[in-house]
Amino acid sequence: MVNLTMPAPAPEVEELAGARHTSSPLIVVDNLVKRYKKADVNAVDGISFAVPAGSLFALLGPNGAGKTTTISILTTTLAPTSGDVIIAGHDVARSAAAVRREVGIIFQKPSLDLNLTAEENIRLHATLYGLYPFRPAFQFMPQRYQQQVRELGEVLGIAGELTKKVKTFSGGMKRKLEIVRSLLHQPKVLFLDEPTTGLDPDSRQNLWEYLRRVRHEHDTTIFLTTHYLEEAEEADDVCIMNHGSIVAHGTPAQIKAELVQDYLLIDADSRQQLRDELNLMQLSYEETPIFKIRMDGSRTMHQILRDIETPLTVVQTHTPTLEDAYLAIVRDNHA
Amino acid sequence: MRDLNAIATIAYRDVLKFLRDPSRIIGAIIFPLVFVGVLGGSFQANLGKTAGFNFLTFIFTGVLLQTMFQSSSLGIVSLLEDRDNDFSQEIFISPISRYAIIFGKIVGESVVALFQGIAVIAFGLVAGVPLTVASLVALTPALIIACLLGGAFGVICLSLFSSQRAANQLFPMVFLPQFFLAGVFNPIRKLPLPLDILSHLAPMRYAVDLGRAVFYAGKPEYPLVVSDTPFLNLAVIAAMFAVFLVAGTTLFVRNERNK
Repeated sequence: MVNLTMPAPAPEVEELAGARHTSSPLIVVDNLVKRYKKADVNAVDGISFAVPAGSLFALLGPNGAGKTTTISILTTTLAPTSGDVIIAGHDVARSAAAVRREVGIIFQKPSLDLNLTAEENIRLHATLYGLYPFRPAFQFMPQRYQQQVRELGEVLGIAGELTKKVKTFSGGMKRKLEIVRSLLHQPKVLFLDEPTTGLDPDSRQNLWEYLRRVRHEHDTTIFLTTHYLEEAEEADDVCIMNHGSIVAHGTPAQIKAELVQDYLLIDADSRQQLRDELNLMQLSYEETPIFKIRMDGSRTMHQILRDIETPLTVVQTHTPTLEDAYLAIVRDNHA
Repeated sequence: MRDLNAIATIAYRDVLKFLRDPSRIIGAIIFPLVFVGVLGGSFQANLGKTAGFNFLTFIFTGVLLQTMFQSSSLGIVSLLEDRDNDFSQEIFISPISRYAIIFGKIVGESVVALFQGIAVIAFGLVAGVPLTVASLVALTPALIIACLLGGAFGVICLSLFSSQRAANQLFPMVFLPQFFLAGVFNPIRKLPLPLDILSHLAPMRYAVDLGRAVFYAGKPEYPLVVSDTPFLNLAVIAAMFAVFLVAGTTLFVRNERNK
């Protein structure tokens, strides 16, 4: 098994990462352990990582890996058993209220009141966070709030529907409303616990476009857990958890490079001729039954294809996705 | 200041949620009406002559106070379910004190209970319960006190029940005996010793008795329907309120974070 817990990044990669995140880490997790009452094993078993300010951090892992437990501790709703978590300079165990002011959270299950209007849901959040004094109706709220809500309505494309009950909204729209709401108090970190679960592909893409804009405009650090591996592809850092431990940590490219190689699939009518030729070229291959050649970096795909003279009937290239790497890691970890 | 804002927000939300949910409104009104109308009506027709007081009025006052107590209790316990579902999640991760959350919840659920009280009173008027403006004004503080005690009782239940499922199973056991021990439908002036002890342990008893003491003040049937002096009732209510609230909130907050 490849030990990826603490991969030593190539120097040039480290430099690149350093250039991208100039500031110190916004989230520091040090040897975090959580054991639930009456449990025999740790749900989170001594994990450590840091999230630079402004980055997109993805926490991946199968169900029960400890992702939600981790996010619950980071957002102060659950007390850690041991270890330290510092968010924006505040300790989650000692200064929970200070941490809460700095973070926004999108839960797995929607946290909207369906019988209240979109504006009412926003207003409750705003007054709960002390952004505005509480008033029982929109008209009585300060002008600045009214202005802000109208702008948000336009951003979401629901300017005309702010006074409608949230239960009339689509799943994607509800999610967006939650994100808009969670950004009201300008959190430094936005935690998203499987935000796109249950959304159709169109809504998912739409939501991601919106999240990218949020990152771009507010420079908000995003901490994401997800089951959709393609969503983690654009993360700056990926942590894969399994059984409460971090089993891989790095950029998506590093994780893919460490675990899964590119390969070339070829076939010919005359397999014997191709086999002879590949042997002559001293290429290692598997017959599956078509020929699978792992790219080890000594030759490019182009060089290999150029050198083969046997007429080919199949040519396919395969570049691993994060999903391939993820499955390899998680399965390896299970074995 | 931030906490006051938060308390107002949380309370307002509870009231708004109630007013926007027609099925909950209907459910909240039907039960008291059945109790007062059916139980009160039949008891009065069959036992009224021998009791020496009007059973319909007796049950009306009992149900009115019980509704206040129970409605705010149940409202608080709904936090068990809501903290994983709706806006309550949002409340629990906001930067306000847990005491502000609990207090805002008690205020909100008390207002919701008072709305239901208006419905019970309206039905009482229709059914012929002798209610005057003066008696209603006098009753109002007692109703509010019943709500607050019910809310505090809800907080202690909240801290003892681990889940909504447990709450649903245990709540009838917590409330049904109290109906009778508190004398909502039945006079409890004379009880065998074991029942008398249990009755004195039931928080609802003091809320109901205090309300009746106010309602029946100066009326000839007062000694037949009221068990303790208002001062004793008030003192016990104040003590229970303080203990339930402080112990309940402390336990609840601890259980929430230390799973």
